[in-house]
Amino acid sequence: MGVEGIGASVVRKEDKRFITGKGRYVDDIKLVGMTFAQFVRSPHAHAKVKGIDSSEAMKMPGVIAVLTGQQLVDDKVGNLICGWAITSKDGSPMKMGAWPAMAPETVRFVGQAVAVVIAETKNQARDAAEAVVVTYEELPAVPDVRAAIKPGAPQLHPEAPGNVVYDWALGDEAAVNAAFAKAANVVSLELANNRLVPNAMEPRSAIADYDAAEEHFTLYTTSQNPHVARLVLSAFYNIAPEHKLRVIAPDVGGGFGSKIYIYPEEMVCLWASKKTGRPIKWTGDRSESFLTDAHGRDHVSKAEMAFDKDNKILGLRVKTHANFGAYMSLFSSAVPTYLYATLLSGQYVIPAIYAEVMGVYTNTVPVDAYRGAGRPEASYLLERMMETAARQLKVDPTELRKKNFITQFPYQTPVIMAYDAGDFHASLDAAKKAIDYEGFPARKAKAKTEGKLRGIGVSCYIEACGIAPSKAVGSLGAGVGLWESAEIRVNPVGTIEVLTGAHSHGQSHETTFAQLISERLGVPISQVSIVHGDTDKVQFGMGTYGSRSLAVGGSAIVKAMEKVESKAKKIAAHLLEASEGDIVIENGEFKVTGTDKSLALPMVALAAYTAHNLPEGMEPGLKETAFYDPTNFTFPAGAYICELEVDPGTGKTTFVNFVAADDFGRLINPMVVEGQVHGGLAQGIGQALLEGAVYDENGQLVTASFMDYTMPRADDLPSFKLSHTTTLCPGNPLGVKGCGEAGAIGASAAVINAITDAIGNNKLEMPATPDRVWHVIHGKAA
Amino acid sequence: MSTVKLTVNGRAVSADVEDRTLLVHLLRDHLNLTGTHVGCDTSQCGACTVHVDGRAVKSCTMLAAQAAGSSVTTIEGIAKGDELHPMQAAFRDNHGLQCGFCTPGMIMSAIDIVHRYGGKLDEATVRHELEGNICRCTGYHNIVKAVLDAASRMKVAQAAE
Repeated sequence: MGVEGIGASVVRKEDKRFITGKGRYVDDIKLVGMTFAQFVRSPHAHAKVKGIDSSEAMKMPGVIAVLTGQQLVDDKVGNLICGWAITSKDGSPMKMGAWPAMAPETVRFVGQAVAVVIAETKNQARDAAEAVVVTYEELPAVPDVRAAIKPGAPQLHPEAPGNVVYDWALGDEAAVNAAFAKAANVVSLELANNRLVPNAMEPRSAIADYDAAEEHFTLYTTSQNPHVARLVLSAFYNIAPEHKLRVIAPDVGGGFGSKIYIYPEEMVCLWASKKTGRPIKWTGDRSESFLTDAHGRDHVSKAEMAFDKDNKILGLRVKTHANFGAYMSLFSSAVPTYLYATLLSGQYVIPAIYAEVMGVYTNTVPVDAYRGAGRPEASYLLERMMETAARQLKVDPTELRKKNFITQFPYQTPVIMAYDAGDFHASLDAAKKAIDYEGFPARKAKAKTEGKLRGIGVSCYIEACGIAPSKAVGSLGAGVGLWESAEIRVNPVGTIEVLTGAHSHGQSHETTFAQLISERLGVPISQVSIVHGDTDKVQFGMGTYGSRSLAVGGSAIVKAMEKVESKAKKIAAHLLEASEGDIVIENGEFKVTGTDKSLALPMVALAAYTAHNLPEGMEPGLKETAFYDPTNFTFPAGAYICELEVDPGTGKTTFVNFVAADDFGRLINPMVVEGQVHGGLAQGIGQALLEGAVYDENGQLVTASFMDYTMPRADDLPSFKLSHTTTLCPGNPLGVKGCGEAGAIGASAAVINAITDAIGNNKLEMPATPDRVWHVIHGKAA
Repeated sequence: MSTVKLTVNGRAVSADVEDRTLLVHLLRDHLNLTGTHVGCDTSQCGACTVHVDGRAVKSCTMLAAQAAGSSVTTIEGIAKGDELHPMQAAFRDNHGLQCGFCTPGMIMSAIDIVHRYGGKLDEATVRHELEGNICRCTGYHNIVKAVLDAASRMKVAQAAE
């Protein structure tokens, strides 16, 4: 390892601009002649739009236009799409209603846009939006997933009878029935996975700028994947052909999945910019984030696990209802199916698994991937099941897990995934040691003397990351391939630019990707720039989500580096009059082994560009491109253990200790990896203790601000004790697995298992607020 | 419309603003100091924190007109040229930021915390005092480390002066 290469915890190159206030987020950008958009949104969860009167609004100062959904239809702007086709178990395709960017006829959730005001200033646009009079005919609404599938429930879309989008299944039902028939013990569990609001700190924002002379659009947007945005805006929404649309995602203030999707606001701004001939900025306020950013999770499930007399798992049966909200968001259909049911084997040998998932429309904000996306739901279900089983079978929960761990790799699960590597005993042993698991009973007894209920909870998660082999996801219904691209430009003076299709919105790519270059070519990271987030600069890419940037995007960089290295070695060999096979790279020097002859990289690069003396037939220049398509998912895994105390008088939970032992394969920058884990743990703990979107029976979002939705604050969380165990991923050239989502996937079960252990009652739902915990302790309905 | 005169980062400035203009919008929209961010509309998240006459203030809770005659310091005004403020350096050295959006507000709040406690800080106090600033990326772990690190750096710097 070089001082700045793989494995070095170097501080981040991108930090200087952020700590000095020089970051450049979308809302920081001003264009000449820029106007402002304010959306008029439905106050009703379900209603017919009977009329829109904008006459008063049009008379107000600074107002340029008031545009409606009908005008979008008239201009043949396309509806929003869902990019992953799921087939129900009866063979029928999923059933979807249309999602127009502004509703011309029917609104189906509170906050859905019906019109937009364009004005000279933001305040003028806001004032005028208040003056747009929309007449609604209210319809009955249904926000709850189980209520929505009952006979007589309000119907959202005529295309989806009974509000059912799909009724899907995975696994071998007959084999599972046979397993349960011979079971010595069966453990049952019912649980919900609470609905979350992603709440990246930067609200979504867009600036659209139409150049009439060139018939060309530029869109600045808060996107995790600007190329995907351009593709969708071009191919499906008919905004402009790709070569007439530039999408720029500059500094983006967090995403967590919520900035993957192409939302109505961006597309309306583009369309309205052409209609008005003016650049248009829209920046959501936090209320709009709550009402329009795709939410996450929202499952209710029943599960049963069969054990033999030796406590070996025989089978698992799961039935889940997934709430999709009012419309099918871009990747929503894949989340409770191929990102959820495929992970239900966890870290365990489970010979037979059968999972049924019903996806359901309700009058709520559309639901899509949020940090972990399906995998937290699977992990939470399975790890609560293991803890419940251990208590029912009266065995230690870590011993029950160990008895059932997968130990031979590769391992084919009954639910598609083929795990390539792992050592689950190692991570659980490391976590047990870190928290002094053996010493817990004594600590619990001591806490009892102080009037506190102390509990310990374990969660052993596995996830599938590095999304994903294009052919495999294509066969499962994905509308896109999920490879990544990289281009490496060695400049004539030897500095290097790396163009990547991955996008950093907090992930530290400007540092960690430069470390990959430093490791291989021996140049300092200060000589390397990472270029991303602009469709005019980077040829194509699939963006950043699903912990894929390093495993897929980093592997593309390695492939491009191999090509650069190969050409550079040929040039060096030619100039040094040596054989190509004798050239080695050390500390940025191309050396002839066994001699003192060498050439520094800048000299090789300069030779490539002057082209005065290149090998016969070689093209000038030193720039290479690679596309990398993964051969498999990667499988990060680990063990989290939480120790906490509950005050029986108040129901309040206080952390004593939280330890994490993760296996992410090779670490490029351990400091960055640990930061990712901290953030994931905070979101997992937030789900367990604090966060939850609440709708009332009319479909009003009751938790629509930071005053109502409990975001984790510094004094809600403990300091974390992290450690790492390592099995290298055999599927990619770096041996890496991905670390961005692990914390959010594994943490919530550890917390709830600890609380239910403390209070001696397993019937506890998330978020486990003091109120809810108190009611469970005291045997009263909340 | 009002004319508001104040000092921002040591410079006398004047701006004609609507009466309802908040201090944060004066800074961002009129003075182009976009390091101060807006993360919510309920004064909960603290991304807009600046110093007004030496005290940390959420600049979305204050009308621009209320800042007339005041001395305002923003994230752009705390480094001395190329020399970072110890709090800025500590955030970088401890990886106290990821997406960077909450960071300016965090740093401005944290400087105020260290000033108020005179460097006598422990983890619990830092966590309690940071209650008014929300971060979604870091889980606060490294932010807390950074503030404690900066507190000792600022103590040393003060002793040297």
